[in-house]
Amino acid sequence: MAAIRIENLCKGFGSLEVLKGIDLDIADGEFVCFLGPSGCGKSTLLRSIAGLENLDGGSIRLGERDITDLPSAKRDIAMVFQNYALYPHMNVRKNLSFGLALNGMKRDEIDRRVTNAAEVLRITELLNRKPRQLSGGQRQRVAIGRAIVREPKLFLLDEPLSNLDAGLRVTMRVELAALHERLAVTMIYVTHDQVEAMTLSDRVVVLDKGKVSQFGTPLELFYRPANLFVAGFIGSPRMNFVNANVADECETGLRLAGGGLARELSLDTLSPAPIGRDCPVTLGIRPNKLELTSPDEAHLAGNVRLVERLGTESHVHISLEGGGDLTAVVRGTHPVSTRERVHIRIPSEHCHLFDADGKAIERPLDAETRALINQEEGRGPRGPVLEERHA
Amino acid sequence: MDMAYAGTQTGAARRKRASVRRHIAPYLFISPWILGFLFFTLGPLLFSLTMSFFDWPVVGERTFVGLDNYRSMFTEDPQFWESLWITVKFAAIYVPFNIVMSFFLALMLHHVTFASGFFRTAFYLPSVISGVALVTIWSWIYSREYGLLNFMLSLVGIDGPNWLGDPNLAIVAIIIASLWGLGGTMLILLTGLKAIPKELYEAATISGVPGWAQMLFITLPMLGPMLIFTFITSIISAFQQLTIALLLTKGGPLGSTYFFAMYVYDNAFKYFDMGYAAAGSWVMFVIVLALSLVVMRWSAAWVYYEGEIRQADGERNA
Ligand SMILES: Nc1ncnc2c1ncn2[C@@H]1O[C@H](COP(=O)(O)OP(=O)(O)O)[C@@H](O)[C@H]1O
Ligand SMILES: [Mg+2]
Repeated sequence: MAAIRIENLCKGFGSLEVLKGIDLDIADGEFVCFLGPSGCGKSTLLRSIAGLENLDGGSIRLGERDITDLPSAKRDIAMVFQNYALYPHMNVRKNLSFGLALNGMKRDEIDRRVTNAAEVLRITELLNRKPRQLSGGQRQRVAIGRAIVREPKLFLLDEPLSNLDAGLRVTMRVELAALHERLAVTMIYVTHDQVEAMTLSDRVVVLDKGKVSQFGTPLELFYRPANLFVAGFIGSPRMNFVNANVADECETGLRLAGGGLARELSLDTLSPAPIGRDCPVTLGIRPNKLELTSPDEAHLAGNVRLVERLGTESHVHISLEGGGDLTAVVRGTHPVSTRERVHIRIPSEHCHLFDADGKAIERPLDAETRALINQEEGRGPRGPVLEERHA
Repeated sequence: MDMAYAGTQTGAARRKRASVRRHIAPYLFISPWILGFLFFTLGPLLFSLTMSFFDWPVVGERTFVGLDNYRSMFTEDPQFWESLWITVKFAAIYVPFNIVMSFFLALMLHHVTFASGFFRTAFYLPSVISGVALVTIWSWIYSREYGLLNFMLSLVGIDGPNWLGDPNLAIVAIIIASLWGLGGTMLILLTGLKAIPKELYEAATISGVPGWAQMLFITLPMLGPMLIFTFITSIISAFQQLTIALLLTKGGPLGSTYFFAMYVYDNAFKYFDMGYAAAGSWVMFVIVLALSLVVMRWSAAWVYYEGEIRQADGERNA
């Protein structure tokens, strides 16, 4: 009922184009994150859905209704702002009830909703305090409470946890997930923190410079990044990239050489790669998949700049001899040390491949990963509804 | 052992000196202002208080008369009451107009995006013009035969009155001329408006709070401290009204604009009765102080000050 469909949404400020044709289809009850670096247009997109921006073009539907030109108040949405935006001169109870009272809601209905929301968020004993008298986490709860009492079809949250300290952020993250489970309402959540996005969402919209870079489940983004931007943005430490050229191609794969590679590397692809001989490509490989090995097996060689020992694992920062940097994650007890010359093998089955435009060339996944991704796709708090929609 | 003891002794002494230095330093930094305040404000203030208990001619014998100046002012001087009444009348009209008009101008400027810098300057400009220049301009505007105001009125077929010559109109003329300088008040309120986070309005808009309610329940309370501040400064400046009346109407016609400040001024520099003038100043001071306190007490109930709950904050943390 409260699915959202956004089509070709465009928005600029003066000569600055911020959103450049956004298309999105969000299912009812889904928890979706807008993820992207600062300034990529996440807030602007969220505010456009909220009706706080004048659009340059495109349309937004919520459920059955076209809400593109509807005033915010009529959209059946609630929004939680990054700085909470609590009314500083009103106590918590008034903060929660203010909007309801002015919409002519009955006293006892308001009381019921406020009491209910306060219980859910465990702020009952704070109802008579002013926002100033609350800690960051408590203010955050009040801000969410103000959204809950509206009983909206759609929740919009703009970096709601970014002003909290690290420990509290984890706690609130868990609470938000529980809240979503409980309310079973569509939520859109803006963040620049990939851990938040990966842990909270059913699906993630990765935004890059005002465009949707990829829209998929967290695991899909991680294991099947659609392009260089997503590959580099998701995962920590970030994916390594190595330049290479296509030496040879056939039905089922490519042979790569040159660029930074000391030895040829054969890769299989799902379909004949739409790419010719001598074309430049980019290899992507996650730091934990690189192997430090003997010279005769190695594809790359370099010098260790820094070893960060984290206990269970060590991050090895390497300057490649052909130019460029790599990060390898090895087991915590690996004896590698700074300034050492190391040899690195790239296991071809774990490579990501990108063409000259940065678009991913699809590669087969191992059975286990494939199963996991499929399982996650069918999941979601409202599995049956999702299936219905896909059918 | 002894050595160690001595060591802690000097350590303690050093800490003490450092602490003294730390506490004195801020006062050294503000000392120019403190000295100025002592010599040019507090000193003359106390001096004038002393004066008010004396018969104090500019030349000649000074004699201590106790509360005689005050007594004769209250009981034997109809001009005292007359001037006080004129001033109260003036304040009662000028203060609300000053604040309401400044508030609406500030609101307009806040929402205007086109050439807002120009308008801001234009509205503030009169406040930086010196009193004499301002009065010159206004005496030209109000002039019966050649004035701009009556010329404009004649364009719409009205035979303009003698603004500065009519005892009922002269005070209106002075109120209008005073309101011309509301740019300062407006600027303070504009700053206050700009300091209200726009998310408060957005949150309200999303929850369907209509514009009038946003004004009433968000803008006004958030602007409260600024409104009270401008309210009090307006009262003070109303009671000090002197320049315009002195230069534009000289207190006339028929004493209808003989403001309290002018009455004090004349006692001092026309009748050279310094003690009596000082007593008048102190009466005015007490009235303004009392009014300010009343306003502050009255506003404490409904004005929200950002820092007000500090103490409760501390309690919670304790
Ligand atoms: N009201 C505005 N006026 C002008 N530029 C704006 C405005 N709001 C946002 N921008 C610009 O739009 C871009 C995207 O902003 P935003 O959506 O807030 O990014 P994000 O939330 O992803 O960090 C930024 O370059 C920002 O400077
Ligand atoms: Mg943002």
